Amino acid sequence: MRRLAGAGLLILFVGALFNGWPSSVFAQTKSEITVSAAISLKDSLDAIGKMYEEKHPDVTVRLNYGGSGTLQRQIEQGAPVDVFFSAAEKQMDDLQDKGLVASGSRRDVVSNELVLIAPAANTTLRGFQDLALPGVKVVALGEPKTVPAGLYARQTLEHLGLLAQVEKKAVLAKDVRAVLTYVETGNADAGIVYRTDAESSTKVRIVAVAPNDSHDPIVYPAAILKSAKNSSGAALFLAFLLGPDSRAVFLKHGFLTTENQAGKN
Amino acid sequence: MDWSPLWISLATSITATVLTFVLGLSAAAWRESRAGFAAALIDGIFLLPLVLPPTVVGFFLLLLFGRNGPLGKLLMQFGATIVFSWPATVITATVVAFPLMYLTARAALEQIDPHLLQAARTLGASEWRVFREIALPQAWPGILAGTILSFARALGEFGATLMVAGNIPGKTETIPIAIYFAVEADEIHRALLWCGVDVAISLVLLSGLYLWTRQGHPLRSGWGYD
Repeated sequence: MRRLAGAGLLILFVGALFNGWPSSVFAQTKSEITVSAAISLKDSLDAIGKMYEEKHPDVTVRLNYGGSGTLQRQIEQGAPVDVFFSAAEKQMDDLQDKGLVASGSRRDVVSNELVLIAPAANTTLRGFQDLALPGVKVVALGEPKTVPAGLYARQTLEHLGLLAQVEKKAVLAKDVRAVLTYVETGNADAGIVYRTDAESSTKVRIVAVAPNDSHDPIVYPAAILKSAKNSSGAALFLAFLLGPDSRAVFLKHGFLTTENQAGKN
Repeated sequence: MDWSPLWISLATSITATVLTFVLGLSAAAWRESRAGFAAALIDGIFLLPLVLPPTVVGFFLLLLFGRNGPLGKLLMQFGATIVFSWPATVITATVVAFPLMYLTARAALEQIDPHLLQAARTLGASEWRVFREIALPQAWPGILAGTILSFARALGEFGATLMVAGNIPGKTETIPIAIYFAVEADEIHRALLWCGVDVAISLVLLSGLYLWTRQGHPLRSGWGYD
């Protein structure tokens, strides 16, 4: 009987520890903005997030990176996100159709190019057509149903008539940075990523750029979500993303920006 | 409907279980004859894949077998690459299942009455004969349990497999990988189908075991209830 009471007390104690203590210790006096962004935006957004926090010391910007499909899934399942910044229109369209996007908030922020990369030491690959060569044993692509870069890559390969041959040697990754890593480490002989990813690494070289008409236009839309806990903060951050300071950062990392930032609202 | 994940998973799990059985049992038997700090240290290393998150295990294996890793470079001399190949699924499944087999086999071997083994030795049996004809049958229920655990762990292995073998449909896409990507792609029906297949495999395995034990084989000591 005593042992049971002792165990019960222990459980209560542990429970109290985990319930009351953390939130009282880490009580937030700052407001937070949670941004779910495509992983290809990582370097740029890290810098932009810091800039924003310097300009607004009472705000913390929480950046959550991943494949756009994964992020979309998280939002659909109720993840507490304020701003969604996707690498393709598809994921944003899906969320809009499901009524999860605050109407009128969607904007097109940046654009990107699709490139074929190989490990830096490779000198034999000259263009997309070389992917069909028997010497190219493993080609890394994003998984097309969840990774925008994978979908664009598939479209390009189809356009160039290479899809059937490349599919046989394709390893599918869960986001575009994983594709980059596969090629960087030499475990894949080639891969298709965004130009910005290729330029962020010294261990790969760009073999060729995908023709613009070989895939859907690469547009990165951002929007505020209806379930945002901090809509006003989110609106300010979105405006900052569209402003000249952010634009400079994006351009520095190799993104393309457009004059017309109006999104599909 | 692409059924390749089923065949890949079965081939991987069965091959990995056989390897784990041999390696785990050998390691346990070897450990039984050793004592001291060095042996205890080896225990720690053997149990590492159980303690570490699968992603970390996968990362270590990638460092080892990758193009720039020591084993990877060695194998490339023979024209073989492990990363992004089917053998990689077997290697990762074996590595993660090994601690389970090792632990259960050791526990099973520990509880054998050492006098039986001594008696066999005094009657002139070789160590191998002592192990095969006295120790193994005595420890069989535990070893069988370890084998089943290994199979289950190998079948369900995901994180490390994805890192080392990658997702190559038709070659390395196991059932857990198929489920993960199906969920990510919002293909709920495909995800549920593969979950169902996994459950079916478990049920078939369990039914097989039940029928087998009903014929008077181990795992039915029953503590006197039968």
